[in-house]
Amino acid sequence: MSFLEYRVKFAPSGFAKVLYVNWGLYLLITACAAIGWLMLYSISGGDIAMWAKPQMQRYGVGMILSLGICFTPIWFWRSMSGAAYALTFFLLLVVHFFGTVGMGAQRWIDLGFIRIQPSEFMKVSLIMVLATYYDWLDDRRVSRPLWVLIPVLLIIVPAVLVLMEPNLGTTLMLVIAGAAVMFAAGVSLWYFAAVVGLIGAGVAGIFLLRGTPWQLIHDYQYKRIDTFLDPSADPLGAGYNILQAKIALGSGGLTGKGFMQGTQSRLNFLPEKHTDFIFTTLGEEFGFIGAISLLALYAMILIFLLWAAMQNKDRFSSLMLIGLAANFFLYLAVNLAMVMGMAPVVGVPLPFLSYGGSATLVLLLAFGLAQSAIVHRLR
Amino acid sequence: MRRPVRDQEDSARRINRRALFMGGCMAATIAVLGGRMRYLGVDQSDEFALLAEQNRVNLQLIPPARGLILDRNGKLIAGNEQNYRVVITREGAGDVQMVLNRLSHLIPLTQSDLTRVVKDSGRNASFVPIPVADRLTWEEFSRISLNAPALPGVTPDVGLSRVYPRDTDFAHVVGYVGPVSDKDLAALENPDPLLHIPKFQIGKIGVEKWKEDVLRGAAGNRKIEVNHVGRVMRELERTEGQSGADLTLTLDADIQNFLQVRLGDQSAAVIVMDVQNGDIIGAASAPSFDPNLFVRGISSADYSLLTENDHRPLANKVVQGAYPPGSTFKIVTALAALADGAIDTNTTVNCPGYLDYGGRKFHCWRSGGHGKVDLAHALEQSCDVFFYEVAQRVGIDKIAEMGKTMGLGQRHDLPMSAISEGNLPTKAWKQQRYKQDWRIGDTINAAIGQGYVLATPLQLAVMTARVATGRLVVPRLIKAIGGVEVPIEDAAPLGMETSQLDSVRSGMQAVVNGQHGTSFAARIVTDALQMAGKSGTAQVRNISASERETGVVGNTDLPWKQRDHALFVAFAPYDAPRYATAVVIEHGMGGSAAAAPIARDALLRVMTGTLPDPKDYPDNQRARIQTMLQELRLRNPDGTQPPDIKA
Repeated sequence: MSFLEYRVKFAPSGFAKVLYVNWGLYLLITACAAIGWLMLYSISGGDIAMWAKPQMQRYGVGMILSLGICFTPIWFWRSMSGAAYALTFFLLLVVHFFGTVGMGAQRWIDLGFIRIQPSEFMKVSLIMVLATYYDWLDDRRVSRPLWVLIPVLLIIVPAVLVLMEPNLGTTLMLVIAGAAVMFAAGVSLWYFAAVVGLIGAGVAGIFLLRGTPWQLIHDYQYKRIDTFLDPSADPLGAGYNILQAKIALGSGGLTGKGFMQGTQSRLNFLPEKHTDFIFTTLGEEFGFIGAISLLALYAMILIFLLWAAMQNKDRFSSLMLIGLAANFFLYLAVNLAMVMGMAPVVGVPLPFLSYGGSATLVLLLAFGLAQSAIVHRLR
Repeated sequence: MRRPVRDQEDSARRINRRALFMGGCMAATIAVLGGRMRYLGVDQSDEFALLAEQNRVNLQLIPPARGLILDRNGKLIAGNEQNYRVVITREGAGDVQMVLNRLSHLIPLTQSDLTRVVKDSGRNASFVPIPVADRLTWEEFSRISLNAPALPGVTPDVGLSRVYPRDTDFAHVVGYVGPVSDKDLAALENPDPLLHIPKFQIGKIGVEKWKEDVLRGAAGNRKIEVNHVGRVMRELERTEGQSGADLTLTLDADIQNFLQVRLGDQSAAVIVMDVQNGDIIGAASAPSFDPNLFVRGISSADYSLLTENDHRPLANKVVQGAYPPGSTFKIVTALAALADGAIDTNTTVNCPGYLDYGGRKFHCWRSGGHGKVDLAHALEQSCDVFFYEVAQRVGIDKIAEMGKTMGLGQRHDLPMSAISEGNLPTKAWKQQRYKQDWRIGDTINAAIGQGYVLATPLQLAVMTARVATGRLVVPRLIKAIGGVEVPIEDAAPLGMETSQLDSVRSGMQAVVNGQHGTSFAARIVTDALQMAGKSGTAQVRNISASERETGVVGNTDLPWKQRDHALFVAFAPYDAPRYATAVVIEHGMGGSAAAAPIARDALLRVMTGTLPDPKDYPDNQRARIQTMLQELRLRNPDGTQPPDIKA
């Protein structure tokens, strides 16, 4: 029985697909998004048109796209992965040479009606192309150096482009999510051990080359790292965000000050309060209970994704689901660690809560792919 | 690519194994994040809640512009000038030292300025503006504005500061402002929150102090959002304040200047009043000082120059100086006796040059005596013995009562500092004060304004005004507040018979215009402007019997401090009294010689509205007066000082 026949025979078709969608997963992400709308409404001081409404509209559009992807067979998306990767890579090059400079970084392509941030799309394309690669690759060759080098290049080349934008957060996410797919695919642990060692050397290099003409990262990135290491050194300068974020979170206490009652996050003490630092509002207004509840929602989404990956007998689908889970996890882990003062400030949004089009859209597309893998899994 | 089913299952198992491992890592990370949230939100919550409290909305006051003080014609006496200054913030400057070095090439900065700014900027949060220099000239200020790109963190700033364009002329009456002191705050029960603004200026003495409530205005405020370290995040709301009301004084700036200059550097005071409404037209006390020094912060060297000067420049002698009124008090004694019926206008007393009372001799100023004199002649020639006799008939308590009616021995309610009550002794007063019985000698001394009697130039001017008009003229200094005229009540009559007042007035007319008048030399020859007055020469030391025998030591041979005070009170024109004046020259020796000419000049200045015309003076004085008037260093019409005249 050919693989193709197997698929055609066992995958649902037509309207029956609706029954196979993991609606629980959609419910969870919508719950997260709803929390985000509430927070945006609160931060804007009750002005729904400011942030909450546009964010809801974007979510609606993204959801329709997501459902479209969901009902399209996963093997179609698998066949598209190479093209998607090539296209996003091309867009990264376009950004590199012609992109709009914003906040000191070249990140967007402004099409007039929408601003595309190719690095966000690259996160998904990269996971898809790696999953496709390992689906194709003979299992016995997985750990051979040459066959390891190919996915490493697939990861590194776009990662370098993103780093040059410069966007350290997304670079890290690309590398780690790619590594997660490689790890899941069965690449020998020795490679990972070696990479960890190299990173250690790299970090040492970054610090040692500081101030020399060969320094590896931007001054403002150095400053962020310094700030992270000692936020109280300059409470009004670079450490300001972290300190203010901690004050907002900490002042919430166990149960928080109540919806719309937060003073810190709304009173302009925090820049980026509606984007990267939106978690501070949740922590302030709903306290420890609210924050832990959001963490529980995220944990359940991760469990759903990993569970779906383990249930799926299609190698591409499994690897892609694991990659998407890793990507989703990285979003929230990096953002929360940053907001809570455990990691340097790198611009990573909180998934489904932070105000912003590209991240939300990419996340919904990613969940569409995940649902497609779930709907069209081998049975 | 096809692959064997067994391989597929192996690989699927490995994927699941590694997926589970990754799930474990994620769970562990989420647990750490949760723990961190617990640490911040539960364990450390109190501390952060406290910091959050300080992240709040603050109310900031905007100081109002202080009301102007104007003279009766609208000339500026106290105004507000733009104070150009520069401030620096550490966060803007980056390298404060470097920026200051550049700044020191543009404006003069001392080494101590530099170290102070560096120290202050290090001590405060980086966004706090530190004042670098103030009272810059316009050139310096524009130089800084021009070089702004090279001076990061430096902000040129404009504030308002009090300025007194006619500096020394109004120092005593108007006073000055200064920064609020802890003492000022402690004296107030419910201080205006404005007073807590650093460097906010309030009136310290004079009109500035006593009309503070009118001049200060109401603070505006702005609501600003500040974070827990005090950085201003944004302005939420702004309410403009109410500027202080402008105050129009009854004083005439040009006349005031004339009086001040006319007194010169004598230790003296002169006041001119409009007898019809009580308006004080001029009130000068010499020597004076520059109130602007106090506004800017007077140096201790300058301050000790003022306090150690034996002419007491800081004292407002017009209201603060209580002097024995000398013979000017004879007006009160005469009125008391007339009102009491003890004498009438025809009563005569024989003056042999002294009065013998119980073996003690009370001398007249003229040792040879005046012979038989009536009231008019006694006033004209200032015969002491007449008033010794008359005073005994009336008694001290009636004299004191008349003194009170004439405005002596009381505090006139004017917005000036340190207003003295003077003194009108009575029997009860002496008993209370010295636990001694009143003696007849005390009455005799009091009759001629010596002994316990004390009066200020203001009180003497009021007395003269009341004699001139026969009404209870009340002095006033505030003409209008915020452009609204202060209403004047008609002065009540003194309740004395016109004939009695007329006899005193004609006596006063004779003092100046009579051939034998003590102040005949100080007469005004133009009939329409004729002056009536009374001189006074007040002893400040006792003349012993032995000294009197060997010959009284001439004033000019005494040290300055022991010389007699010279006093003169006057009103004019005699026919239709309009202005009254009182002049005191401390240790000026003779009332007629030292004080009367100044009273005459003052009255002529105020009556004619221009510099006195020599034709109003006696022929033989005209040349001297002409020279004297020309040499007066009067201000230009715009209030500026003329250039120094080279000797």
